[in-house]
Amino acid sequence: MRSFVRLSWVNLKLFLREPLTVVFSFALPLIILFVLGGVFGNEVSQPVDGTVVFRGQGPMSYYVPAYVALVIASVCVISIPTHLAGDRERGVLKRFHASSVTSWTVAGAEMAVAFVVSTVSAAILLTAAWIAYDFEAPRSVPMVFGVVVILTVGFALFGIFLGSILPSARAAQAVGMLVWFVMLFLGGAGPPPEVMTGGMQTLADFTPLWHAVLMMQDAWLGLDAGLSWGVFIVIGAASALLGIRFLRWE
Amino acid sequence: MTSVIDVRHLEKRYGRYVAVEDVSFSVEPAEIFGILGPNGAGKTTTIECLQGLRHADGGELAVLGYDPRVNANRLRREVGSQLQESALPDRMKVWEALDLFSSFVPGGPPWESVMEQWGLSEKRSAKFGSLSGGQQQRLFVALAVVNGPRLVFFDEMTTGLDPVSRRVTWDLVRQVRDQGTTVVLVTHFMDEAEELCDRIAVIDDKRVVAVGTPAALIERYGGGVTVTFSTDAGDVGYLEQFDEVDAVEQTGRRVSVTGRGPLLAVVAAELVAHGEKPIDLAANRASLEDVFLTITGGGS
Repeated sequence: MRSFVRLSWVNLKLFLREPLTVVFSFALPLIILFVLGGVFGNEVSQPVDGTVVFRGQGPMSYYVPAYVALVIASVCVISIPTHLAGDRERGVLKRFHASSVTSWTVAGAEMAVAFVVSTVSAAILLTAAWIAYDFEAPRSVPMVFGVVVILTVGFALFGIFLGSILPSARAAQAVGMLVWFVMLFLGGAGPPPEVMTGGMQTLADFTPLWHAVLMMQDAWLGLDAGLSWGVFIVIGAASALLGIRFLRWE
Repeated sequence: MTSVIDVRHLEKRYGRYVAVEDVSFSVEPAEIFGILGPNGAGKTTTIECLQGLRHADGGELAVLGYDPRVNANRLRREVGSQLQESALPDRMKVWEALDLFSSFVPGGPPWESVMEQWGLSEKRSAKFGSLSGGQQQRLFVALAVVNGPRLVFFDEMTTGLDPVSRRVTWDLVRQVRDQGTTVVLVTHFMDEAEELCDRIAVIDDKRVVAVGTPAALIERYGGGVTVTFSTDAGDVGYLEQFDEVDAVEQTGRRVSVTGRGPLLAVVAAELVAHGEKPIDLAANRASLEDVFLTITGGGS
């Protein structure tokens, strides 16, 4: 336990010393918030040609919960794989292994950092949104918190899986960014999903972020999208199994 | 006293590739034991099996009384190591590394005292990436002993270091041993092995081909001693009467005596007895490098 706390603490400090991940985790979500907020405002839109957009909500009420999910995804899908693959590349993981650190401790510390960073980043985002826009407060704070925990665990497992199979920090960063940007544009945190083509929507169904966004919005706005919970938990469980199967010390 | 390491017929395979075929040696308490061999001979695989980082496929292993295949985790808590190609994150600070690694194995000395002892206090808040090669080695040694181990493995510590840093690192290794810790040192530098090690195992082509002190190996494989000097006194054939002398060759003023054992002392005493005091009297003994090349058939 002492190892876990120490490793998480050091990893958190190392995270904050890495400019790229700090920008992605704290600054980029804010920029996206203000850009899309400037474009759409927060008036509930009328159906266009019979299509209800933003799940019938105001754009900001739709996007803010989506961004909270996006922040979690950025920490877990970009930072975790980069950090993990980098540590293996430099022989840091091998050194941990020789010091009898378990793979659970390594994975747990990544998850703990992701959780702290996501929570802080979400708090910054909410404060900014609260000052700038009149968006809806969560219907159920415990539900939202529960979803944050589930999303962090699921995405972190996915990130650990990526970090386990990718050979170097550079490869992990490239793949992580690619996955993150695809999820950003298709996964409900970019253009309103209702205006995307059928093919794009099908693809969106396969991105973890799309289901994460739906879960967060459901908890926040009191909606119910049905299957997303199950889908996301399956993605998390599959990543966990694969991550443990492929995690290498060197 | 029981051995710190006792390994008999160690074998390690990766699929059909044999990494280590037959390695046996024992390491005694508080000695610096060198493992010497060309690249790819199986040195690193051997010590990684001994630390329980890899699972040996055959042989009998006892390290600090544990079988690394059964008690790997217990064992790793009692040994320290600097593994090959194993660094730290560039942005990690010196004190953070010591604090972190001391937390992995409770019960060691306070990390602050380790930092002090290894002369790292001044660099306490320096980031790993900003340290010089020598300072990084100092930190690695401190991390290897931060859990108060009885046995430490150092794998290729001085590869890539400048000559000054190498010598500083040698002093660090000696200090570790002087505190009563047994040291296993993997190297491919002969001067390092000759300078530091009490005993050496030479591994070649996945097996141990020789074990002994550097002096004993040189005596056994080095092919004797040659003593040379210049003289104006003419014939020095009287040197041939001694058992240590194999041959005396004289070319003009230059004399070359080949033989074995304490040849230099015998020749010097006899010359002085004949009123000769050559100022260029010198002995050429084979170095460990010559021995290594002989044993491993290197250069062929």
